[in-house]
Amino acid sequence: MRVVVDFDLCESNAVCMVVAPEVFEVRDDDFLYVLDETPDEALRPKVEEAVRRCPKQAIAIAED
Amino acid sequence: MRSVCVVGASLAGSRAAQTLRSEGFDGTITMVGEEPHRPYDRPPLSKQVLAGDWQPERTALSAGLDDGLDLDWRLGVRATGLDLTARRVSLADGTAVAYDGLVIATGATPRRLAGTEDMAGVHVLRTVDDCLALRADLDRAPLRVVVVGAGFIGAEVAATCRRRGIEVTLVEALSVPLGRVLGTEIGSLCGELHRDHGVDLRLGTGVEGMDGADRVERVRLADGSAVDADAVVVGVGVTPATGWLEGSGLVLDDGVVCDETCLAAPGVVAAGDVARWTHAHVGEAMRVEHWDNAVQQGAHAARRLLAGEGPGAGQPYCPVPWFWSDQYDRKIQLAGRAGLDAEVAVVMGSLSERRFVALYGRDGQVIGALAMNWPAQAVRWRVRIADGVAWDDALTEARAGDRP
Repeated sequence: MRVVVDFDLCESNAVCMVVAPEVFEVRDDDFLYVLDETPDEALRPKVEEAVRRCPKQAIAIAED
Repeated sequence: MRSVCVVGASLAGSRAAQTLRSEGFDGTITMVGEEPHRPYDRPPLSKQVLAGDWQPERTALSAGLDDGLDLDWRLGVRATGLDLTARRVSLADGTAVAYDGLVIATGATPRRLAGTEDMAGVHVLRTVDDCLALRADLDRAPLRVVVVGAGFIGAEVAATCRRRGIEVTLVEALSVPLGRVLGTEIGSLCGELHRDHGVDLRLGTGVEGMDGADRVERVRLADGSAVDADAVVVGVGVTPATGWLEGSGLVLDDGVVCDETCLAAPGVVAAGDVARWTHAHVGEAMRVEHWDNAVQQGAHAARRLLAGEGPGAGQPYCPVPWFWSDQYDRKIQLAGRAGLDAEVAVVMGSLSERRFVALYGRDGQVIGALAMNWPAQAVRWRVRIADGVAWDDALTEARAGDRP
């Protein structure tokens, strides 16, 4: 599982950070940082929830 | 439970369907939608799609997660009635859908102004078809648009029209835009945003009527003035779409009345704009018309339906509501609730630089946080509100964390 963020779409609403703080962090510079691009499978439910709850639909999961 | 009917092929409805499947439900899911379209995302309709930057197809709701949900689609047909005893939804085409479990996610319908319902050039903005009709009018290069209502939809439409170089008059019945939601000081700031971007903002006056031969040409205001208009957008709120449920036996009171768990009747749940449920932490019945609520409540309602009378049935739905609004170059995010009677303190940044965090408090608790152009803080305070942070502690925390 690889986390892919479309930074052209991302508006740093930071919902992903609430759902999966292990993977996503919006810092005080208002940019989103992906802390772990290839998170452990155990985090899949959280990452999928972040994908669903992103208001800009800017997050995707690539399987490779 | 072998079959679930989801009425409303909406954000809340599609999240409910998605959750049913991810929780292991393998029975039939019938999705009934009045619009002919698969579920799509509404926030871009007042922004990217209206601006012409996006084609509407781009709003499709899926993100790759909806494949394989195996839904039985009934699109382009309205639900017209509900028989709770027989567990059957009747549809406008004369057919019916039998169900074991029902998810009501019919959303809400924009209010219109009496006497202008059929007038050409007078728009509301809710559906993608509404958006494309308005966009087509804007594409005819109108000189002047009148937006009625300076709430979030009206404000975003005004901002998008200004970006397109269209003259905008924004008419608001309240003396402060969003005053009831955000309070006087921050509401006034939102008004200034519009004025700074060249919007002719008319506050404290309603609309008396509209005139025009073939289509709208002029809006008459209650203060006696009149404004020429090539197109009008009415954004004066919505009414929950419960007409089809009248006489069904469900309790309707500005929405489908649910308990703390989103259950409206045995085997019936509601989610999204249409649902009025009792928030167990706040202790009040509420209805929330925000994107994030549709997502979360859709999922909660699905789990509630699956729980039946078993474990998990008593799980209350207790979110910290949250929404965002993009206007010009400002992003406004509100977590929790605000309101006129709340105490307000700007704890980070400043109103003058238009990048700030304001906390709203009542009875010694923080009940809301508004962040303008500060998303990381919106999230931080959303989490703290969920923690139940006390007002005094929050002020101390905020001061300690403030950075230039």
